[in-house]
Amino acid sequence: MTDRTALEDADTGEKADRAVVRDALGVGVAVGLSGFAFGVTSAGSGLTLPQTCALSLLVFTGASQFALVGALAVGGGPFTAAAGAFFLGARNAFYGLRLSQLLVLPRAVRPFAAQWVIDETAVVALAQPTRRAARLGFFVTGLTLYLLWNLTTLLGAMGAEAIGDTGAWGLDAAGPAVFLALLAPMLKTGTERAVAGLAVLLGLGLLPVLPAGVPVLLAALAAPAVLWADGRRRRGEQEDA
Amino acid sequence: MNAWIAIGATALGCYAVKLAGLLVPAGALERPVIRRLAALLPVALLAALTAQQTFADGRTLVLDARAAGLAAAAVVLLLRAPFLLVVAAAVVVTAGVRAMGAG
Repeated sequence: MTDRTALEDADTGEKADRAVVRDALGVGVAVGLSGFAFGVTSAGSGLTLPQTCALSLLVFTGASQFALVGALAVGGGPFTAAAGAFFLGARNAFYGLRLSQLLVLPRAVRPFAAQWVIDETAVVALAQPTRRAARLGFFVTGLTLYLLWNLTTLLGAMGAEAIGDTGAWGLDAAGPAVFLALLAPMLKTGTERAVAGLAVLLGLGLLPVLPAGVPVLLAALAAPAVLWADGRRRRGEQEDA
Repeated sequence: MNAWIAIGATALGCYAVKLAGLLVPAGALERPVIRRLAALLPVALLAALTAQQTFADGRTLVLDARAAGLAAAAVVLLLRAPFLLVVAAAVVVTAGVRAMGAG
């Protein structure tokens, strides 16, 4: 009797593992392929092949990579460009916080696991019901995504160098489309929409008058500004009530 | 050289924040206002970057084929299409509008 239960447990465990791996591969493959878009955009922005590949290998967080090559393309200084990319990457610290409680990785493993702490691995791992499934989801998503993202970055950059004028192929629209696709699911409430709207106004309005890269950093102030206005309004409502 | 400096700084900074999340004790960053700000910062940055990379040519604002491409991407996004299709729509429409000689 106990044997049978153990067998069934192992069976459902295996089934659960397979479901996690399937989810992880789905995310890893779909997003990993968009490394093409990054390779093309980066090469089109004037970065060399080694520079483009170094970004995918070492930075490995898509939005920051796109932001950096975009800022460099318009002539932003290296530190202004890096600051924008850094602020975008800062959200990964919060994924790390939640993942470290969920995965409980040995201290020696953490420096290696850290490079894979990004949107996609966090989404897959945090959706799992057990620690075992979360670890498996994190590992499979991370590995698939890291390998594919770097491979397709290389192919995209080589392809862009081969076809020359990426603009003629509309490939300069890939960068903003990626940003829009990342942004859209975040616009859940009025607060997020207000932040996005204000950031667009600041980003475009300041563009002609400030050095390249600086308007994006100032547009980031839309977040604390809207948060502060929200807090004031809420306090006001409480006092009225 | 500038590009390598930018790459180095970005790689170090981005790795540091990833590692920090795994190493700092839980609770250190758990203040609600910090969590809210961390969630809203990417919204502001992504919105500004989307707008700039669509409507900017250097430091001047322009309306060209990229705007049509982004509009196509937005429509495809509303149809809940996968990520790659969104990017492909933007690229194809931008190239198409350019081929027709506009923008």
